[in-house]
Amino acid sequence: MTRRNLVFLLLGLLALAYPLLVWGSPVYQRLGALVLLYAIGASAWNIVGGYAGQVSIGHAVFFGVGAYSSVLAYHYLGLPPIAGMPLGILVSLLIASVIGVPTVRLAGHYFSMATIAVAELARVMTTTSDFLGGAQGLTGPTVPRTVLDLSFTSAVPYYYIFLAVLAGVLWLTWRVESSRMGFYLRAIKDNERAARSLGVAAGRYKLYAFMLSAALTSVAGGLYFAMFGFIDPDSGLGILISVKMLIMAALGGAGLLFGPLVGAAILVPLEEISNSVLGGKGAGLTFVVYGAIIMLIARFLPGGLLTLLAPLLRKKAAPGERDAA
Amino acid sequence: MSLTLVQVIVGGLLLGAVYALFASGLTLIWGMMNVVNFAHGDFVMLAMYTAFVVWTGMGGGPAASVPIAAMLLATVGVLCYFLLVRHIMRGPMLAQILGTFGLALFLRYSAFWLFGSDFRTLPDGMLGPPFIVGGLRIDAPRLLAGGVGLIVILLLHLILTRTALGSKMLAVSEDATAAQIMGIRPEHMQAAAWALAAGATGIAGALIATFFYTSPTVGETLAIIAFVTVSLGGFGSVPGALVAGLLIGVVESLSAYLIGPVYKDVIVYILFVLVLWFRPQGLMGKA
Repeated sequence: MTRRNLVFLLLGLLALAYPLLVWGSPVYQRLGALVLLYAIGASAWNIVGGYAGQVSIGHAVFFGVGAYSSVLAYHYLGLPPIAGMPLGILVSLLIASVIGVPTVRLAGHYFSMATIAVAELARVMTTTSDFLGGAQGLTGPTVPRTVLDLSFTSAVPYYYIFLAVLAGVLWLTWRVESSRMGFYLRAIKDNERAARSLGVAAGRYKLYAFMLSAALTSVAGGLYFAMFGFIDPDSGLGILISVKMLIMAALGGAGLLFGPLVGAAILVPLEEISNSVLGGKGAGLTFVVYGAIIMLIARFLPGGLLTLLAPLLRKKAAPGERDAA
Repeated sequence: MSLTLVQVIVGGLLLGAVYALFASGLTLIWGMMNVVNFAHGDFVMLAMYTAFVVWTGMGGGPAASVPIAAMLLATVGVLCYFLLVRHIMRGPMLAQILGTFGLALFLRYSAFWLFGSDFRTLPDGMLGPPFIVGGLRIDAPRLLAGGVGLIVILLLHLILTRTALGSKMLAVSEDATAAQIMGIRPEHMQAAAWALAAGATGIAGALIATFFYTSPTVGETLAIIAFVTVSLGGFGSVPGALVAGLLIGVVESLSAYLIGPVYKDVIVYILFVLVLWFRPQGLMGKA
């Protein structure tokens, strides 16, 4: 076993043992669960934003679709909220193709603008829709009926559910990364014209990446609803939801497998601290800092924090190791 | 056609002229250096708060607030170019979009922090009673905004097409290296473009503040309107922005009147998606 794999194994064990290590402190257990939840959303964003280089600023629409599908399954059909997830995935795929089909042919700015507009459209429509609870939003089961309602008082079950889903999302991302599609996406991101001239169907692969990303984001939305049991237009579809996914991926490293997780592990605790220390005023100030962080990454470190670690990891790999990066 | 409908259309055209003005700023930067300023709507917001502070805090009318907002925003534009955009424009697409989007968040939540989330409006009737022309009732602020908006767009167009500065800027946008060989400093021209674009946006913001609510998040809505206008008009085209802006103003007013005020934004967003599907190069632009 190389030293690199050993490091990963130890980190994996640490992730499994984390809730036990902070057993006496529900606050830290909840924090761990939140980090994983946001890491799921940011990792899903990373597939289209990081790997395909198509910067979505409207991923909240897929997050909201996932959360609202869950609440609708409960509210109108009396099913456990997670029963709505397949619907959420389907609707997300549909929305992703409506945005994606025309924009993958155009320059990247159009894609970003179209995602903002569609997310904003969804938010305005939801606010005016009585069926979706309007501006007040809808709540989930107050008392869990069965374990399938995924309604727990402790954060520990959520922690392990999110850990399993995150592992699944990262595994899928890794499979995409090392497949033919991964090579195509890297070629497209590097130089789309060159990739096209070599026969890569650039538009189609960007669209696939976007649809995969959208489906996984709606799963994150469904899980969010399972944990919080409440959704309204701002917490499900607000632009800040999109911002969080994007900034976590970009801070850790967009287009790197573990970038979003690193970003979430830094920013989620930061936000919790600033909200508890600064109270109501904190919400605004947190996003002033977020804006500044995003500008600084764009200006000085577009690859994200993990690129700083890359030389270190390369040194640790045994000589002759082929895939050192 | 009923008189009310004429009234709605005239109101839409006046509103559209202001939309066209702040969209011109976005289209100028986009056409000149292929950079989309995602903080554009928040530049408008900044100008609106400037107008608000000048008006209520310092007792100045539009004659004071419009030039002050124009100068302040032109300065912000130049700073933004030299500190941020100049560095990110050659970077990957991710850095370009994140850079100005980060600026947008920074400005939006700074305003939130400084001014609170309340919607603010300047008192009605500060510019005198409405004009009555042939049975049409036109509010003074809207007439002022629409009229000044049209004049400033015309000036901007003349600067870009009839002056040495405009020709130099065009040269840089066509081929920066060739322009440099001819003795034009690309960075100076690009900074000038940011000053002009942000200055025009400042004027638009100060004008729109006279009849529109001001809030920290108003830039989000206005940015989308500017994106729709620019996409519809074709990127880089100021005349295109004018036609598209007027059209969107009318579409918005008509849908507010015929369907309901809540739906005016919805119609504009749907229009945007339709443009992307069927005519992404815009009405008057190149693809």
